[in-house]
Amino acid sequence: MSKHFKLKRGLDIRLEGAAQATTANASAPATVALKPTDFPGLTPKLSVKVDAQVKAGDALFFDKYNPEIFFTSPVSGTVKTINRGERRKILEVIVEADGKNEFASFTKADPAKLSKEEIVAQLLNSGLWPFIKQRPYGTIAKPSDQPKNIFISGFDSSPLAPDYEFIFKDQIASIQTGINALAKLTDGKVYLGLPGKVSNSIFSGLKNVETNSFSGPHPAGNVGIQIHKTAPVNKGEVVWTTSIQALAYMGRLFETGQVDFSRTIALAGSEVKAPQYYQTIHGALISSIVGGKTKKNDPERIISGNVLTGTKVEADNYLGFADQQITVIPEGEHYAFMGWAAPGFDKYSASKTFFSSLFPKKAYTLDANMNGAERAFVVTGQYEKYLPMDILPVYLLKAILANDIDKMEQLGIYEVIEEDLALCEYACTSKIKVQEILRKGLDTMVVEVG
Amino acid sequence: MKAIKNFFEKTQPHVQKGAKFHWLHSTHDALFTLFFVPKNTSKSGTHIHDFIDLKRTMGIVVLALVPALLFGMYNVGYQHFGALGQLETASFFDLFLFGLLKVLPIIVVSYVVGLGIEFIFAQFRGHEVNEGFLVSGLLIPMVMPVNTPLWMIAIAVAFAVIFGKEVFGGTGMNIWNPALVARAFLFFAYPGQMSGDSVWISASGIDKAVDGFTGATPMALAAAGHTDALNTWNAFLGLIPGSIGETSTIAILIGALVLIVTGIGSWRIMVSTVLGGLFMGLLLNIFAGDNSYMALPFYDHLIIGGFAFGAIFMATDPVSAAQTVKGKWIYGFLIGLLAILIRVVNPAYPEGMMLAILLMNTFAPLIDHYVVEGNISRRMKRAKVNV
Repeated sequence: MSKHFKLKRGLDIRLEGAAQATTANASAPATVALKPTDFPGLTPKLSVKVDAQVKAGDALFFDKYNPEIFFTSPVSGTVKTINRGERRKILEVIVEADGKNEFASFTKADPAKLSKEEIVAQLLNSGLWPFIKQRPYGTIAKPSDQPKNIFISGFDSSPLAPDYEFIFKDQIASIQTGINALAKLTDGKVYLGLPGKVSNSIFSGLKNVETNSFSGPHPAGNVGIQIHKTAPVNKGEVVWTTSIQALAYMGRLFETGQVDFSRTIALAGSEVKAPQYYQTIHGALISSIVGGKTKKNDPERIISGNVLTGTKVEADNYLGFADQQITVIPEGEHYAFMGWAAPGFDKYSASKTFFSSLFPKKAYTLDANMNGAERAFVVTGQYEKYLPMDILPVYLLKAILANDIDKMEQLGIYEVIEEDLALCEYACTSKIKVQEILRKGLDTMVVEVG
Repeated sequence: MKAIKNFFEKTQPHVQKGAKFHWLHSTHDALFTLFFVPKNTSKSGTHIHDFIDLKRTMGIVVLALVPALLFGMYNVGYQHFGALGQLETASFFDLFLFGLLKVLPIIVVSYVVGLGIEFIFAQFRGHEVNEGFLVSGLLIPMVMPVNTPLWMIAIAVAFAVIFGKEVFGGTGMNIWNPALVARAFLFFAYPGQMSGDSVWISASGIDKAVDGFTGATPMALAAAGHTDALNTWNAFLGLIPGSIGETSTIAILIGALVLIVTGIGSWRIMVSTVLGGLFMGLLLNIFAGDNSYMALPFYDHLIIGGFAFGAIFMATDPVSAAQTVKGKWIYGFLIGLLAILIRVVNPAYPEGMMLAILLMNTFAPLIDHYVVEGNISRRMKRAKVNV
């Protein structure tokens, strides 16, 4: 029984530099890395030492508190360095690729014929488990949990997002295998959110899954929004979420017995000469994808991910674990003379206070400037416009700031993670760090409630 | 432009903590950011941020106030020359210039005193100067009778900024609309100078007014039973005695249009306030009997006194108003209702708008509380159903 949800609240930010529907091969990265910092709340413990030889699919580190969760190398090669930050926190585990593409071997089997335990073990050992997140909190799912349902979003609605209809068009069979494996992990349902805009989605033929479609502006493609509309998370419940990309990985794993972490990502943004798609691997060196492809007019900001939720990286950093796009925008570290008083024909704004709102179709080049300084909450009714959930975001944030656990729970903290409120942060007049505050609240809840 | 930037950049190190001029830090920062939006880029969270900031927001409100302010200046002159009986001989510029010279000092006093206090507080607290007073500082002169002495303005502004705002923690934390706190302070501290028939018209140079002249506002006349004296068209245009900025309904409507189109002012509050006022006016009409003020056509209430100004510019202050969508409807409706009720029924207060808004400012958190509780109980109920 497929339902259609039409969302009204939200915002599509129109940026210059959307990826054209062509794919090229990125140069093979000399080094790849896994970043424990991609996983909120994770305490990593290394399973390898520097100079160790690894194959693709061999563990590099594991979760200290759930030691069965492995994080595995995307390539075969030698562990080169382990970059640490403050208090010896592990930032990057870097593997130098040997170019041989040797794979660790796992069970090759039809997941329909495997037991739940066998599937869980296979996902854990291969390093695919960390792609499964739980809601509440957006942390890695606990293998011992019984999820009420599993949710997957079939599209990405964020700015300059990759078009799933394009990048996964040849991987439907693997995705189906992945779904078959996931379906064994829950007694509930596996839900797939389809893009309402696309009349005949490539995912609409998938079986063993309940599809709903969602139309409207971003964040319609966020899995959190889709959960809220379909079967919201209540206190004490756990649902799991994962991505289409992860389903494709899982499918390949069960079909071939190998972990093949190659993925297609979008290289987009106003500073990219020819925005398009690139075939690469997860954890790839950023310069292997971006190098020589940007305009270099102004200082650039390279983002692993999208402009709302991505991570700022440099050319010698690495692609994030779940990121399917790299966005390059101008850094924009400059003063704007009387910027707040300008008529603003070229200043895109979600508010209607600049003349740019007279041109609703135009795409803009936006930089990373804050465009103002941080203030107390003053304007009201603003965040609600960008969150299509029955949640009062400002009250939730204030409960977090007051560290009031009961109120956080009552106001719906179990249903949201940072990406769901990212638009509020973008649009905020007072420049409040919404995502940072929310993560602080989520961390508190993990510690206090678990 | 470059010279200004260089100046501020060069002086920056001298106002840092520990430097000689650290006590000027907030002032330096406020002026620097007034001229230049800072160059800071995003360090965490979203990489892009909207171009709107609090300066823009407040700037739009000030812009929306300008028509009512300019008309107010003109009307000050109009009333003055009207009292002299010289309207035929005085030119448009005579009227406007007279008003400008009367009103400008009040605005200057309001900004100097208010911003002065804000800068000092910001420095002591180690905050940046908030932009809230850019609007409050203009609202205060506009709700004052033109004859208010400047020293009274200064005291009222100081009271409003310190006790109406800073004691609560500054912009964003206050319970009551600061501009109305200033007005209420004067109203209760100096009732003799703040009401009656003589304060509304600048009397300087008037030895003897023309025969038949009265300086009373239409509302005072109506309260005295002279409802027939109201000229609807003049009241709509604003050529009536009253506080500086509040008389012209049409100028206020232009401001309302600016606020609604830009989305800065809450149209929900504006609409619900007007609905509340109309509802109460209609109710009074029905039960009027031979009370002529109660019988005043309900729509006339919208164009006399401070109703329109309050509904558009005062009730919509986001900090002191209700913050939830439902809450805004209730809050606005009750303001309109109470304003007309106080206006007509209570003989002690000629105008009910100020008190109605302050009262609902007080209750706004309570209204919001129930709306939030509603949201919570929906969530709790959902959890129970599923169990």
